[in-house]
Formats: sequence, C-alpha cells, structure tokens
Amino acid sequence: MFDTESLVQQYELTACIQCGKCTGGCPIALKSALNPRALVYQMLRGEEFELVSRGELWDCTTCATCGLRCPKGVKAVDLIIALRAQWIESGKIPTTLRAPLTATLNQGNPLVLPREDRSLWADGLNVKNVADGAGIAMFTCCENAYDPRVQAMPRALVNLLRAANQDFGTLGLDEQCCGSEVRRIGEAGLFEYLRDDNLEKFRAARVSKMVTTSPHCFNVFKNEYGKHAIPVEHYTQTLAHLIADGALKFSKKFQATITYQDPCFLGKQNGIYDEPRAILKAIPGAKFVEMDRSRERSVCCEGGGGRMWLEGTNSQVRLANDRIAHALDTGANILATACPFCFLTLSDAVIATGNEEKIKVMDILQIANAAI
Amino acid sequence: MKSQIGVYICHCGLNIANTVDVEQVREFARILPNVAIARNYTYMCSDPGQALITNDIRDLGLTHVVVASCSPRMHEPTFRATIHKAGLNPYVLEMANIREQCSWVHSDRTLATLKAMDLIASAVAKVALLVPLQEREVKVTQSALVIGGGIAGMTATLDIANAGFQVCLVEKQTHLGGRVAQLDTTFPTQERVADLLAPVLRAITTHPNIRVITNADVEKVDGFIGNFRATIRARPTFVDAMKCDACGKCVDACPVNVPDAFDANLTTRRAIYRAPDARFVIDARACSFVQDRVCRSDPRCAAVCDRNAIDFSQTENLVEINIGAIIVATGAATFDATKKPELGFGTYSNVITSLQFERLAARQELQSVKDVVFVSCVGSRDATTGNTYCSRVCCMVNAKQARRIQEKFPDARVTVFYADVRAFGKGHEEFYDAVRKTGVRYRRGYVSEIFAAGGQTPKRDQKLIVRAEDTLIQKPIEVSADLVVLGIGMTPRAETNEIANVLGLPRSGDGFLLEIHPKLRPVETAVDGVFLAGACQGPKDIVDTIAQARAAASSAFASLCRGQVKIESATARVDEEVCAGCGLCVATCPYGAPALIARTGTARVNQVLCKGCGACEAACPSKAIQVMQCTPRQVLAQIAVLA
Repeated sequence: MFDTESLVQQYELTACIQCGKCTGGCPIALKSALNPRALVYQMLRGEEFELVSRGELWDCTTCATCGLRCPKGVKAVDLIIALRAQWIESGKIPTTLRAPLTATLNQGNPLVLPREDRSLWADGLNVKNVADGAGIAMFTCCENAYDPRVQAMPRALVNLLRAANQDFGTLGLDEQCCGSEVRRIGEAGLFEYLRDDNLEKFRAARVSKMVTTSPHCFNVFKNEYGKHAIPVEHYTQTLAHLIADGALKFSKKFQATITYQDPCFLGKQNGIYDEPRAILKAIPGAKFVEMDRSRERSVCCEGGGGRMWLEGTNSQVRLANDRIAHALDTGANILATACPFCFLTLSDAVIATGNEEKIKVMDILQIANAAI
Repeated sequence: MKSQIGVYICHCGLNIANTVDVEQVREFARILPNVAIARNYTYMCSDPGQALITNDIRDLGLTHVVVASCSPRMHEPTFRATIHKAGLNPYVLEMANIREQCSWVHSDRTLATLKAMDLIASAVAKVALLVPLQEREVKVTQSALVIGGGIAGMTATLDIANAGFQVCLVEKQTHLGGRVAQLDTTFPTQERVADLLAPVLRAITTHPNIRVITNADVEKVDGFIGNFRATIRARPTFVDAMKCDACGKCVDACPVNVPDAFDANLTTRRAIYRAPDARFVIDARACSFVQDRVCRSDPRCAAVCDRNAIDFSQTENLVEINIGAIIVATGAATFDATKKPELGFGTYSNVITSLQFERLAARQELQSVKDVVFVSCVGSRDATTGNTYCSRVCCMVNAKQARRIQEKFPDARVTVFYADVRAFGKGHEEFYDAVRKTGVRYRRGYVSEIFAAGGQTPKRDQKLIVRAEDTLIQKPIEVSADLVVLGIGMTPRAETNEIANVLGLPRSGDGFLLEIHPKLRPVETAVDGVFLAGACQGPKDIVDTIAQARAAASSAFASLCRGQVKIESATARVDEEVCAGCGLCVATCPYGAPALIARTGTARVNQVLCKGCGACEAACPSKAIQVMQCTPRQVLAQIAVLA
C-alpha cells in the first residue's frame, strides 16, 4: 500500500481538471488498460489499490506525451514512474527486469555483459581518453557500446567528429549506464547511485562538455542530473552545428528517399525537431519526406521506459509495426532515426511485417557517415 | 499650542471586539501623551459614532484625531470628512488599522489586545506631528479620447458624445468595427452582427460631437486627469475618399497578394483593396510602391484610376488634442492555433479556427460536411501556452457554430469535445440546451491529437482522425472528421505593451490591462482619468463589453461633468535648500511627477501628477524630498513607540 496524498502533493495532481488530454494522447492507452487520467483521479480520490493488479503500469514507454499535452502542467508519466518505484520497493520486481538491473549495478550496463568489454565497439579506432585532455566527451549508450546491431553508430560518430576536426575522447572503461531507463523502471536508489558515481567520474576526468549517441542519455544528463550536470548535446545538435558552420562537409551521394522517426526523448521531451532534419536535408542525393504524424505528433516506437526489457500487457499490437506502415506510405525506402532504441524496435518491426525488401532502418549517424 | 488628541476605538460589531478587549484598549489610550479623550463604540462609521467625534472636537477643542478601526482604504475618506465637518483640517487624522492588521488575523485575545494598543500608541505618536494640508482642485478639459474603434470604443464614444462632450475616437485600422465586424452572428440570440453594427456606425459617423481618426495610433500622452494632451499619428491611405468612386479598377491592376487579415487569412487581397467599410485604401506595408517606389504592374493602380483618386504624395499627419479623460478600448487578439501543433492547424486546410468559421459563415461559404468536430479551450485554461484563464466566449461560440452546421446540414454528425461547458451568461444555458436538441453531441474530453486518416502523406483536405479520451466512458477514442473547428481563445494584443507604456498603465499577470479593483473599481486604472473598456482588460463577450464600455463612459463623464477634479494633497515636496539636484527622484517616480529645474538646479514635484507613493522619498539620498503625512520625522515617531 502507498500514500496517495503524498503522491498528490509531490506531483501537484490537484492541478488536474480530468480533461483526458493525457490519455487521449497516450500511444499505449488505445491498446492497454493504462489510463493516465484515471490514475491521477484515483490518487485524488485517495483510492488505494494493489499495485500487482495493475500490470499495465509496465506498459508505459515514458514517452511523456501525457505531460506534454496536459494543459495544467501535470506530468502523469512521473506518477507512473513513482508507482513503479513503489512496486520495485516491495521487492516484486518483474522477472525480465531482474538481470538488467543487477547487471547495471555490478557491470554498469543492463545488457548483462562485462564492464571491461565496454570499449570493444571502438576497437582499432584509437579514440583517446577524455582524461588525457579533450574538448568533448563522447558518451556512448550501453546499447551502442555492447549490442553489435548498433555498434556502428558510435563508430560513425567518431569518424564524423574526426572529419570535422573535433577534439574529443571517451571515458573508456569509466563509462557506465546513464541511469535513464533505470529511473523510469522505478529503481530510484540505483539511479541515484549511478548519477552520483557518474558525476564523480565526469569530474575526475575533467569533462566540460558531452555529446551522446542516445537521446535517452542526453535527456537524463540534461534534465535529471541536478545542479552539477555537465553541458550536453545530442549528436544531432553537434552535427547540425558543424554542418552549418561548414566544418562538416558531405562529398558522397546517398541516393535514397528518407523519412524520419522523431525519438520521443529528443523531440517531444526536448524540442529537438529541426537539427536531425537539417542533417538529413544536407545529405547529397537524398530526398527527405515527412510522415504525417511527425514532430510534436510523432508516434512512440515503444522502446523507452524499460520496455526494451518488458513485453507489456499487449505484445500482439506493436506501435513500431504501425510506424513502418506510416513510413512506407511516404514512399521512403530509408526510415531514419537518431536513437538506438528506436533503431532496434523499428528494425525488428521491418522484419516482423515482412518489409525487408521495401524499407531499411538507419541511424542518421550511418547515413551521414556514408556521405562523407 | 499643545495638541489635544481624541482616540476613537471601533468595535466593528464583533469584528474587532471579539478578539480585542476594546475597553482595556480605551483605558490604555486614555493615558497616552496629549490624549484628551479616548472612547469606544460599536460602529464608529455610523452616524452616532461620527457624532461622538464631531461633538468632542467642538466641546473639548481637539486638534488631532486617531480612529482605530478598519483599513484606511475603507473609511479614511469617511473620517476625514467627519473632522472637516467639525472644523478641523481633514489631514490631521490618523487611522490605526486594528481590524485587517489585528483582529481579523489573530486569535489570541490577550496578544491581539496588546497589539491593538501598540498600533494606537504608534498612531497617537504620529498624529501629533501631522500638519494641515490644503485640498486642491484642478480644472478639467471637457472632452475625451477613446482609443480603439471596436464595439467597446464605439459604445463609449457614443455615450460620452450623447452626454454633450466632444470625443475623439482613434482607430488603428482603416475602418471602425473591430473584432465584432468580422463575426457573422451573435450568441445566444443569433442576430446578424452586420445589423447590430450598422446603426452604431451610422450614429458615430454622423454625430456632431465625434471626431473619428482611423488608420492612426496614439503615440504620446502627457498631462494628468482633466488635462491630458495626446499626440496622434495618422497614417495615409493614399486614396482620396472624396474622389474615389469605388470602381475597383485599381484592385485589378495591383500585382501584390497578401493574406486578408479581416478574413482571418482565409483569403488574400491586393495591396489596394476595398476595406470592410467599403472605402478603397492602400495597405502601406504590402504596397511595393509605398515601400520601395517600385511596382511591377503596368499600368499601375494610379494609372488606371479615371478620377485621380490615388495620391502617393499623402503623408503622415500628427494631430495633437487636449482632453480631460481617456478610455482605452483596444480589444484582444485571437489565440494563434499553430502554438498547439498537436491539433494540426496550418497543416490541414480542414482544421480551421472559430474566427475563420465566422468568416466562412458571413461570406456564406459553409460547405456541406458529414463529420464535424468542435474543439474547446484552444489556447485557454492552458498553462503550456501561458494562457491560464478561461476566454469566456468559446463555449458559446462552439455551441452557436455547431448548431449552425447541424441546422444547415441536418445529416451531419456534429461533435463538440469539451472538459467543462461554461454557459454562465443570461440565456446561455438555455441556448446550450437548445443546441443539444438540434442533434449536436457533446463528448467530455479535450482533443489530444489530430492526424490524417489513411495515408501518412499529408494531403491538405483529407479526412482527419481526432483522438481524445471520452472521460465519461473512460476510454481513448478516435473520431473521423471532414472539418475540425478550433474554439480559439483571446490573448492580449501584441501592441498592449505600447499602449501601456504610452499611458503608464500596469498589466495583470495574464498580460491584459489592469483595473484598480476587480469588483469595486472595474473600469478605473492606476492612472486617474484613464478608463478601460472591453477585451483589452480581459476576455469578454459582446454583452459584457458593452456593459463595461458604458461604465467606462459614465466614469469618464463623471469627472468631465464637474469641470473640476480633486487631487491628492499628501504629495511629495522638495526642500530646495537641501536638494542637490541628483535626479534620483526623477528616475524613481512611476508617474513622472518630479522634474529638475534648470534655473535652480533642484528638483520640483508637479503636485497634480504626484500620487504620494513615497518612492522618491526612499530614494532621495539627502532627505530633501518628503511626502506630506509620511515625513521621516512622522514615521520615525510612529516607529519609536514600538521599540
């Protein structure tokens, strides 16, 4: 049992006018029992319930559309995360989360792989350690560091930054999980540990500016690391600036019709809509087309909020599958994105919907790298 | 002469007496220095209460009076009049506020009683040092300026003119009518707005007391209540109305196309065009000849005009007028719906605003539709856009327009999405009932998202999907629509800051112009003699706008009628012996009252402009400037007894 009144106070739920704009905008609500408005109302009524009967709490992707739509500034997603935290606190951790959380504590990544393998993605690239003096610290998402399907992205970023003569390095084996997904799963204690430990490591390595491969790391560093946070950019911002300044030039053609999936943590949550498009529009030979539901009206790929390790209550209907249909509808043969989670969920969906011959998912990093 | 002070302690029924032991307080006050008499009474402001004071002044020869009761904002004028009636100067009175600052905010009777004693001792210490002040009046220029030619400004103008005063009505656009002129019908009576406006416009343009200046801005206002001087900049229209016979050939010749703001950007018009009042005018900002002396049309408008009515030599005109009162009726802007990107306005041509709906209806261009969705609260009650207020008209506008569609196309499925229906005006709830009876369906929930049905490549007028939660069935739903109408709210005009700066008017947190008191003084502003009417003060429907306009007109001609106005006497004075002429007071004063006099090198305060706020006194490094009745000596005496 939990104290509804303290949740009402902490998340300022009295502001809610029960208009339902959160639930109407929720990409999950149409296919799940998850109803952000009704959850807020339950808190306001002081109605207690058994958390374990509410499996739909694990359906939320923390895309944060609910909070973005709310006319009163209520962030229902924060309430959902808080309820997950109560659940985790009770020790009844969903089975598929146990290994990732334990590995994040012990090995610094949720992929259950050894800490000392973190830099294998950079094999042969001779990227220097940021502690040896570098202008920018490149922060690689655990997914990008360990998952062979997305290791090409950080390698591409290294290549692009070098092409633009940027002075950068990595934290090497001192790099570990940013804690974004850990926090959203509700493991507040582990998140705080990671945050403090990372801030200490950044300080020790004299990091003054960071660039991330994932919008999730970018968001947590920018918005949830507190007052000691280090200035951070997502790579789409960095590259867009370098292109605008003339430091990064494309010389090869990349003949394709490209559409773009806005990662929720980049677009909806941080308002970065233009930079990824600016990069894609600068690619020689490429034609950029927009999906109808884009930017503020984009659709979540269902990979955030711990959903990389959780199926949810309705795994038959996947948003990523819808998204492939949307992309195909534009006539694009490349679906670009700028997030390792989006890349993986959408790539799986291309296979699941049998569209391997029609469309390919690529990270903007891969496209840009192919054009220099 | 030794001062003789009378102290009068009010019970305010039980408001004070319940918490403060008024008898004990009286005993305490009786023995304070220079106190000749101390009394308590149920209601000091009542006639017998006031009689106690006047009798004592006569019988005991009181020189100063302390009334311990409510806030001076409540009854200081009352008691000033009381002592004046008994022959004392009204300014030798001090109020001790033992209600708002004591009994109402404390519960411990002993401590509250002690605090009341302190407040009274403090007032007694000060009152003995108060000096008599002269009450002054200034003459009033018996004419008015009304800024804004919408329904508020026109109504106020007519009222003042009908009372026999000259009025100058200044309008920014080239035509009168304002927002209301864009509307098709009113709610809840569904009258045609054109019929409503025509007699008002006719009365304005034919009234002997009214001077209308259109296409003009009020650039500068100097002076003070009763004696304002306004500078008005009138822009040229480049068309001589006396010569123009409205043939329209010029319009055909003009090569420039710009969105027609009067049609809520639904249509375009030329740089030279027939304005809503049927006069032909040139939009200087759109006309390339006015801007750059080039026109790519041959022959140009001026060349095709048979009557030589087009005159590019016209120039701006500065008009200066003297007036006694000013009414601000500059209206409101409509919410920019592109700030709610989830609703697809600007992406889909079949997502329109309620104002565009009015224009379509007025132009009789409403097309047959099957599924229509109305969206409530677009840009109102919305913290994300900073517009936290309710715009007060959109619920009824939605209802009126939904009914219009339902009655015109009986087969249409019309849905209004809402969170609360606010039908608070006279006849509004009944209208809402009648609208539902026509077949319009209300579903409870704000619209979350609008996107294209079938196909992800945006086609501007394809079928749309409207996503919301129907909160009454507690499920997210998708409704298809051929037409979506956004019930947009009102926002402060972008130019509000300029007019606020010209007149020195404060704005409320929502950005609209601020009245002095929302209930008691709803049309007055912080600047005496300047009044508010209509939506410049906050969102309003036509009914409330006209009521407020007529109230503003009454307030304005109340001061014009008397020919004289009373001005504040407790103002700031400069001791020229002490003043070093540093100018800090000039920089500090929000009313522009002090000025540096070149000849003496010292500051002097315009006694008419000064409000006695004390900002200059706090700023003055040499204590040369002092506000009467709040001099350092008086205030320090007040504080000293509290130590």
